[in-house]
Amino acid sequence: MVQSVRDVQASYMALVRRRRSYSAILLALFVVLMVSGFRTANDRNAGGFFDGLHRLFDFPAEVLAEASEKAANLPGHLVTFFPALLETVNIAIAATLIGALAGGLLSLLSTRGLSPWPWAVPIFRRMADILRAIPDVVIALVLIFILGGGPVPAMIAIALHSTGALGKMFSEVNENVSLKPVEGLQSVGAGWIQQMMLGVVPQVAPNYLSYALLRVEINIRASAILGFVGAGGIGYELKNAISWGQGRYDDAAAIFLLLFLTIVAVDQLSGHLRHRLTHGTAKGMLA
Amino acid sequence: MSLAADPLKTGAERLFFRKRLIGFSIPLIILIYLAQLFFAFDIAGLAQRANWENGRTLVADSYSYKTQVMRDNRTGEVSVAVEGERHGRYPDGTAPDWVHLGAVTTIDLPYGHQVQFLPDGLRYDIPGYGTITASPGSQGVQAVLPDGPVPDFINASKNRLTVTTKAGRLTVTRARSEVFRYAMGWELFFFTLDSPYSGMSPQAVLSRALSGEAGAIWHDFWTNKLWRHGDVAWALAETLLMAFLGTMGAGIVALPLAFLAARNFAPLGPLRFAMRRMFDFFRGVDALIWTIVLARAFGPGPLTGALAILITDTGSFGKLFSEALENVDEKQIEGVQSTGAKPVQRYRFGVIPQITPVLISQVLYFLESNTRSATIIGAITGGGIGLLLTQAIITQKDWEEVTYYIILIILMVVVMDWISGMLRRRLISGGEGGH
Repeated sequence: MVQSVRDVQASYMALVRRRRSYSAILLALFVVLMVSGFRTANDRNAGGFFDGLHRLFDFPAEVLAEASEKAANLPGHLVTFFPALLETVNIAIAATLIGALAGGLLSLLSTRGLSPWPWAVPIFRRMADILRAIPDVVIALVLIFILGGGPVPAMIAIALHSTGALGKMFSEVNENVSLKPVEGLQSVGAGWIQQMMLGVVPQVAPNYLSYALLRVEINIRASAILGFVGAGGIGYELKNAISWGQGRYDDAAAIFLLLFLTIVAVDQLSGHLRHRLTHGTAKGMLA
Repeated sequence: MSLAADPLKTGAERLFFRKRLIGFSIPLIILIYLAQLFFAFDIAGLAQRANWENGRTLVADSYSYKTQVMRDNRTGEVSVAVEGERHGRYPDGTAPDWVHLGAVTTIDLPYGHQVQFLPDGLRYDIPGYGTITASPGSQGVQAVLPDGPVPDFINASKNRLTVTTKAGRLTVTRARSEVFRYAMGWELFFFTLDSPYSGMSPQAVLSRALSGEAGAIWHDFWTNKLWRHGDVAWALAETLLMAFLGTMGAGIVALPLAFLAARNFAPLGPLRFAMRRMFDFFRGVDALIWTIVLARAFGPGPLTGALAILITDTGSFGKLFSEALENVDEKQIEGVQSTGAKPVQRYRFGVIPQITPVLISQVLYFLESNTRSATIIGAITGGGIGLLLTQAIITQKDWEEVTYYIILIILMVVVMDWISGMLRRRLISGGEGGH
């Protein structure tokens, strides 16, 4: 009897030791990967990490110094660049809107049980995966070549990516939908569009809206970046201000400030709205 | 009886009216917003600004390539090159089988079209139309066309003759005559012409590889000067490296900081507040601005991209982790404490196991999405596949390479998505730890 308890304990300890050694090996592997990864990245970078470290704050300091020197210009700059900011925000909102509408349709088509063509479900799923996989910068750069610079290439690029991303998220929401209203509508002879609009959309609208708000947040950042590669808006102005170098850093500071404030404001607003949508009162449900 | 039902009915009617109002006004607002954008973005003017010619070249180039046969009209020298590029040039005296070099160079094009470079000029036979001759020299190209009106596909002037048909293109100027023949596919994708394996069938290459030439074959493929497979592989690795270092680094940095921002672990209010604002700041400044600032200090490259991702995501992870920590169940910690565990052990065995599912699922999710971000950041800082892509797009002629890179990027992201999803399912058995 005593022997068997000891046996159990021994085998348990052996198990624990084995688990620990596995964890230790994994941890060691991870550390090796991180260290060698950083060394590789460091070697392939134009400037090394330790050479550049002391220069890290030079650029922000320069920008801040010049901006504070010309602090009187700041309100003027904020007004000057406001239209560009508006364009960036408009690109993001329009792209999210288009992406949400197209993504909603795509998600309904790629959910088993809701799709009018069940055999095509895998095709629509792969379509969403591919749309999601293409980074928006790729589509934007190609479209800029054809359509010329401006907000439209950025809008299309972000809308396509959003369609894929939202399509996937929406279809996860659709999986949990109750099919009873759909069946009810079907039994009274409603068409597919009517079944979806009246039976499914009211159930999923809060979740859809919450994901779409999160997308607006992401898309504003994306829209600023695309501006930087040539698609108009505040990113484009930022690129110009920076490539001018010293003398225009007060412009750059104003743009930094506008971008920062916008992102934080949208973050807070969408966070607040999403919180209300998911944990909110019964009143929070949209009619 | 009817008196009592009346207010109920009016109430219901008012409710219906309000719902109907909302039901109609939401699509209307969306429509008005989009209509407003139509003017703000000048979509009507887009048709004029758009360059459909560019679009056509892009699409054609992405699945076909052209081989250029060029004669220097002064020296009479003939050269053949794929895409007209230096690295795609046929060695002197050699040519594809549709070009017959000699005193008279004959170039066979599809559909029975034929171009001949004669000692004193050239001729182009177009079945169903006739023969065009030209003798370029100091008096111009001196093109002679068949009688009748000049068709659309010919563009002739004193110093330039361009004939564009479905079989190919002929361009003649005083200095040189060029013929382009189009073919499907990507040119010299595996081996350039200076390699002995160029033009061999896959079976032949395979049998050579089995007879001990595998190293040489691999070398020729890897150092292909047109497609630069080695450089492309490095660029992909750099992009993945940026995503990996940035995401994992951010996770490592954010975890301890998240404890300082969680209500139940950091009793000091001001410190908590400061940590949270710091996270907001890191996230709010956005990867774009971090990239610009860091590139000033460290120069372009993968390290800059990795650090930009690291800083931005430290903010995101800090916020997510601290929220997860606030939802931790106190009972488990008390249980561990009751066995006499010290604070470190309390965290290790009471807290960490509770937040691991959230932690792992978020880190893996970000790893996948950062692969895409790393591509985009690479386009700004100059590193990884993003840089190669922007370079290829800026040259505006290597669209087959652009297509190749886009396919590689999509494959990379899809594979990362698949790996991250698989690991998430494998590591977090049971339910997902929230969104």
